[in-house]
Amino acid sequence: MSTATGSYSTRDAVIETEGLVKSFGGLRAVDALSFSVFRGEILGLLGPNGAGKTTTLQMLLGLTAPSRGSIRIFGLDLKRHRRAILKRVNFSSAYTALPTNLSVWENLNVFAKLYGLKSPEKTIDWLLSTFELGPHKHTLTGTLSSGQITRLNLCKAFLNDPEILFLDEPTASLDPDFADKTLSVLRDMHRKYGLTMVYTSHNMQEVQSLCQRIVFLSKGRIVAQGSAEDVLAQARAASLQEYFIALAREHRR
Amino acid sequence: MNIGVERSLETQLKGKEFRLLFRCDLAALAAPKSRFAVPRLLGLEAGLLEDNTRNEQGAGSMWQRIWAVMLRHLYLHRRSPARIMEIFFWPVMDLLVWGFITLYLKTVAVPEAVLFLLGAMIFWDVLYRSQQAISLSMTEEFWVRNFINIFISPLSIPEFISALCLVGLLKSLVTTVFLTLLALACYSFNLLQIGPALIPFLGNLLLFGWAVGLFTMGIILRYGRAAEALIWGMPFLLQPISAVFYPLETLPESLQHVAVCLPSTHIFEGMRQVLSGAGFSLSAMLAAFLLNLVYLALGSLFFAWMLRSVRERGYLSRQNLH
Repeated sequence: MSTATGSYSTRDAVIETEGLVKSFGGLRAVDALSFSVFRGEILGLLGPNGAGKTTTLQMLLGLTAPSRGSIRIFGLDLKRHRRAILKRVNFSSAYTALPTNLSVWENLNVFAKLYGLKSPEKTIDWLLSTFELGPHKHTLTGTLSSGQITRLNLCKAFLNDPEILFLDEPTASLDPDFADKTLSVLRDMHRKYGLTMVYTSHNMQEVQSLCQRIVFLSKGRIVAQGSAEDVLAQARAASLQEYFIALAREHRR
Repeated sequence: MNIGVERSLETQLKGKEFRLLFRCDLAALAAPKSRFAVPRLLGLEAGLLEDNTRNEQGAGSMWQRIWAVMLRHLYLHRRSPARIMEIFFWPVMDLLVWGFITLYLKTVAVPEAVLFLLGAMIFWDVLYRSQQAISLSMTEEFWVRNFINIFISPLSIPEFISALCLVGLLKSLVTTVFLTLLALACYSFNLLQIGPALIPFLGNLLLFGWAVGLFTMGIILRYGRAAEALIWGMPFLLQPISAVFYPLETLPESLQHVAVCLPSTHIFEGMRQVLSGAGFSLSAMLAAFLLNLVYLALGSLFFAWMLRSVRERGYLSRQNLH
């Protein structure tokens, strides 16, 4: 199998979905979705609102149960081995938060314990320094700016040294400067440690610069996939933005 | 050897097979001043290698995960006057009201009522606090949009509930000890006169509080904010038919049949029996305990059913929005 990042064999697939379906009453949010994510790859999951990308992400995390189909992560069936899988992955989203009435250190200490770190002090200090939150170690989370909260969420997401990181619009609440810094850190982490990432965003530039492969969804189905260039060629569009807008308009018809 | 290569070592240690997974960043080892050199080295120091070993069998111990959830609530209480008030202020207000009522009743020659009402009030608070502690603690995770973070961690649902029950136990113990001392000081009412029977009474009340808490959590999980009032209201739905402040015979006969199905009724009847000098009723305590087992099993099944339902409906990720 060939992708933007090079050649992969199915042995390298860390996430495999097969015929994934999710229906909410009469609405089919995800429709027969089959795709793989390969070790060390950054996959962008894109699509207009209601295309099924968040539902797909939720199913990959075990938050939402699929109506049909299977999900295998690290070769394990998610339904049967959810906890074993969760120990090796993590998640960060602009739409979740950590308790506001705990300090930055307290929040990270709680999650370090949840992920089984016995002496997390140095790991936490390193993460705070990496995400430029060192001076806020003892600050109450509720008093942080939205950019700082996003970076704290990312610190939480890296605590367990994850092999796969799920990112749901992680830069949604950031100004361009912090969004750029966050992307730099993610690129660094990926380059140094070969971290696999599944990334959703509405920012096409961001996706194009970060993701090696893109899966475009519309009405719960894959409408295009491959590198940004592959997708543009398939869609005969000048830019991802143009393709996204065309899909979104068609989706709402 | 490539930089960032992942090695997988199989080794035999004390007859058990451990699969040691770690990524050896040679660049990091060669250039320790690089900031990205730190995590892998730290990983070894801080136990990440050990954690990876445990990934095969259960990263970190169950008790560490339970302690993590308890720690989260202890941190919260340490700096929250409102939550400290929940433990001390409102129970004290209750005690004062019931204490003065019983003082008044004493003047109209109903001395036994003093013992019944104050004892009942303190016992009721144990049930109320233990139920509230677990349902409120879970709801707080929705309020601060943290439930997803908890749910996608390696913490299992039984571990999560156990941690909340232990938080409830701690809060109930603190409140009970405080109220007992206050009742002794202000109204010369000694709860300890119940003797060793106090332990099964309190234990059964805690168990029933947890069972009611499981039902409450299940409903809140499914119906979200619309059902949050049940955190404070659920125990009061049971109070009139639990014979808390009056004997079971006071209830209409039809309600008595319902009341005997609740563990709380047997506990409060048993308490009145001890305080009136009629001795400890083992059968009442056994009935309460067996009923508690049934309610805890039903509560767990109900919670699991609601959890499955919200995962099917995709409500978990919506958290407090639905």
